[in-house]
Amino acid sequence: MIIKQVSVFLENRSGRINEVTKILGANGINMIAFSMAENPDFGILRMIVSDNDKAVEALRAGKFAVSVNDVISLSIPNMPGALSKVMEILAAKGIFIEYMYAFAKGDTGNSAEIVIRPTYVDRCQVVLTENGF
Amino acid sequence: MTFWNQTKECMSRDEMTFLQGKRLHKLVEYVYHNSGFYRNKLQAAGVLPDDIREIGDIVKLPFTTKQDLRDNYPFGMFSAPMSEMVRIHASSGTTGKPTIVGYTRRDIEMWSEMIARCLTAMGADRNDIFTVAYGYGLFTGGLGMHYGVENLGATVIPMSTGNTEKHIRLIHDCQTTGIACTPSYALYLAETMKKEGIDRSEIHLRIGAFGGEPWTENMRKEIERNLGLDAYNIYGLSEIMGPGVSCECEAKDGSHIWEDHIYPEIIDPETTKRLPNDGTRGELVFTTLTKEGMPLIRYRTHDICSLIDKPCSCGRTAVRMTRILGRSDDMLIIRGINVFPSQVESVILSLKEFEPQYRLVIDRVANLDTMEVQVEVRPEYYSDEMGRMLAIQKKLEEKLKSVISIKAKIRLMEPGSLERSVGKSNRVQDNRKLQ
Ligand SMILES: [Zn+2]
Repeated sequence: MIIKQVSVFLENRSGRINEVTKILGANGINMIAFSMAENPDFGILRMIVSDNDKAVEALRAGKFAVSVNDVISLSIPNMPGALSKVMEILAAKGIFIEYMYAFAKGDTGNSAEIVIRPTYVDRCQVVLTENGF
Repeated sequence: MTFWNQTKECMSRDEMTFLQGKRLHKLVEYVYHNSGFYRNKLQAAGVLPDDIREIGDIVKLPFTTKQDLRDNYPFGMFSAPMSEMVRIHASSGTTGKPTIVGYTRRDIEMWSEMIARCLTAMGADRNDIFTVAYGYGLFTGGLGMHYGVENLGATVIPMSTGNTEKHIRLIHDCQTTGIACTPSYALYLAETMKKEGIDRSEIHLRIGAFGGEPWTENMRKEIERNLGLDAYNIYGLSEIMGPGVSCECEAKDGSHIWEDHIYPEIIDPETTKRLPNDGTRGELVFTTLTKEGMPLIRYRTHDICSLIDKPCSCGRTAVRMTRILGRSDDMLIIRGINVFPSQVESVILSLKEFEPQYRLVIDRVANLDTMEVQVEVRPEYYSDEMGRMLAIQKKLEEKLKSVISIKAKIRLMEPGSLERSVGKSNRVQDNRKLQ
């Protein structure tokens, strides 16, 4: 399933992530998943949130650089080899993945949720759908 | 190709050097006997008028600075008595006192001659009609250009600044062919014209004399496209005289300096050593060879450019100066290389990914100078991909390296973290001075 991801550019200064979570909390926005990419100078915080528009508006008001893009959210069985199977399918079709991260949803232990950011989102989704995901 | 004063504009190098030497000797003798300021300065430097025999002797003479003008406010720099003065201009100083410049009748004539040479070099003649939209008043731009256009024999319409609608109406109705103003005002004029629905085919402008502020080749192209004229740079500074010290000819390849009147030198701003006129970059220094009212010897302009004394394709031999690249007061020396914040700025402005704000942080780490350039990325270029952000960073780093020959560290900043609208000097933080 294609969903929206909200990314925030952060200078490497202490307390910046805290600022983001504070703004989201104050606006009643739930952070469902996140991952942080960083280098010595700056970081990019990517998040799946409960209300994209509200999150973007609140963060921009807080002077953060925010970008929104499509990612693929995928539910896979929580068992050995499940992720590997997905990766094999994508690799066979030449789908390049920029990055991905996993998160837990609810308290069911039967499945794992992953966020995939391929170079071409639509093409990746087609491949996944064709293969029953 | 026509000249206003072919003898002087196309003189051989030998003849020019001889003339300049003669005039310099006369100038030094004149100020020694007529200016208390210069008599003291020359005596302190141990130089007497007879020590100056040829133009090469100029390096024996001390420099004059803007501070000298401030210290001798209002009339201490005058060499002629007030009875000989016919005009005073003043430029607003950033630190209180204005800078006063006095002109005798002959100075005004010489100035008008220089501007007539400029306008002729641009292809203007007595059939042209010019609107002069520099400020009339204390600023030298308006009245200076006005007298120059009249001296040429062309018609002048003294617009002064402001009142853009009336200006456009006169350009249109009077079918004016020339315009003198700042390049940014020319762009504003073109924009307003467009808004009023006036097409460039309805106007007859063919020559623009633009100066008073630094501008770029891109601005030239835009002005020429929008107004349908040829845009020429005219350079000057009020301390020396005003506009007309130099100007571009039809070749548009550097501005000719009327060096029989105003003698230029390029010096190293750090050591004050004279540099050759072969395109070597340094600080521009002027000596007014023929002024009476307030002649200046080796006046440091703090403008950075280079001089080329090769003859021009237009036939003039008068030395040419390149565009002003920056101010020597802003110059930074990093690992022995001269770097101007304006160079960094122009690189940032040329890349669409960045906001125009920036900050330079200079430091010395383990005896090695470092420069960090802090910039903000424009909102539409932020990305969730690290690779893309690093590519933006790399793009600036490489472009900068090709322009300033130094590898700077690029630090991408959050939006709004760099101050807007601060002076150039506040954009530089040199931590080396603290050590
Ligand atoms: Zn020329």
